[in-house]
Amino acid sequence: MTSGSITVSETPLVLYALRRADDALILGHRLSEWCGHAPMLEEDMALANMGLDLIGQARELYSYAARIEDAGNDEDRLAYLRDVRQYRNLLLVEQPNGDFAHTMMRQLFYSAFADPYWRAMMGSRDETLAAIAAKSEKESAYHLHHASEWIVRLGDGTEESHRRAQDAADALWAFTGEMFFCDAGDRGLIAGGIAIDPETLRETWRATIDGVFAEATLAVPGNDWMQKGGRVGHHSEHLGHLLSELQHLQRSFPGATW
Amino acid sequence: MVSWLSGETLRQRAWDAAAGVVDPEIPVLTIADLGVLREVTVGADGVEVAITPTYSGCPAMNMIALDIELALARAGIAGAKVRTVLSPAWTTDWMTEEGRRKLKEYGIAPPQKGAGRRALFGAQTVACPQCGSTDTELLSEFGSTSCKALWRCRACREPFDYFKCH
Repeated sequence: MTSGSITVSETPLVLYALRRADDALILGHRLSEWCGHAPMLEEDMALANMGLDLIGQARELYSYAARIEDAGNDEDRLAYLRDVRQYRNLLLVEQPNGDFAHTMMRQLFYSAFADPYWRAMMGSRDETLAAIAAKSEKESAYHLHHASEWIVRLGDGTEESHRRAQDAADALWAFTGEMFFCDAGDRGLIAGGIAIDPETLRETWRATIDGVFAEATLAVPGNDWMQKGGRVGHHSEHLGHLLSELQHLQRSFPGATW
Repeated sequence: MVSWLSGETLRQRAWDAAAGVVDPEIPVLTIADLGVLREVTVGADGVEVAITPTYSGCPAMNMIALDIELALARAGIAGAKVRTVLSPAWTTDWMTEEGRRKLKEYGIAPPQKGAGRRALFGAQTVACPQCGSTDTELLSEFGSTSCKALWRCRACREPFDYFKCH
């Protein structure tokens, strides 16, 4: 193994698995950054637990991507030896933690999609993706529940917590459209019953957000312009910094194990 | 390899050895109690043990796999393979009655049965493993390990772990 970056043959199915793996890894890594810093012990454990679930999902998805690519890569090489432009995650998940309201809003936006997404993917004709979905679905249900409760508590809390929750919603809203991204390769997988059409989840996602926001006395942002690029490797400046930490050890000491 | 054993005897011996492996995070439960041990098969390549993870990121799985290999080796079965299966997804409904009893004695409230998807967040009645009171409250849905939530008993004032439905 060298510290140089690997190349990946991104067939539609490899790319599909990689995109979901990258979402899970990057969001899981972001949550892990809270470890030891959360506002209270219970929340510290909750954030670390959710991060662990997501990194577990990422491992399964990377292993599967490596298996179908069949070019000598594995979960570690895919996670540690790709450069920022090779990452395919949503811009949403790489956004910095910010304050606690930002972290919970990002989690709500993502989980409100991931929960129905994984449930729908349990019916995939791809056995491995369906199996990963069956595990992830239960985990994402807990994540969604947790984030929803916090957003209600923050939004319907003090003037300060309401302001911060609203600021977070306004700041992150433009990154939510990318969850419904779909390219030509994806459409082939959808036609084959391997993937699901993300557009079919839009109403469910929006109903979840509307419901939580109403209870939280928050305003759903009105701007419809959506930022995208993560799915094709065009990232915000934040991802490079995240990867420099995530990949530091393998890049500095290639092949290190313990 | 104890190759002189017949397939079924070998399979049973392997199962018994694997079934004794405990969860490193809840050492009162064996992987058989948990329902993590799915299958033991004997093929041309030897013995294969199939296990299923509780949670995607459960850090105990690597150690459990290693412990199975060691337990089988101690039972005279060398070179056994451990395979992780994801489907069907593990559920707390697979936990045995014996497992539930041991868990409660250990001080962890066992999971409610019928872990249906929508039942996860309904009204839950969790009995305190210390005093048995059902006058309890949830402190956090995420506890000291992936599989547990943190609760508190209003009657005896003791906090306790609840093995949450999954």
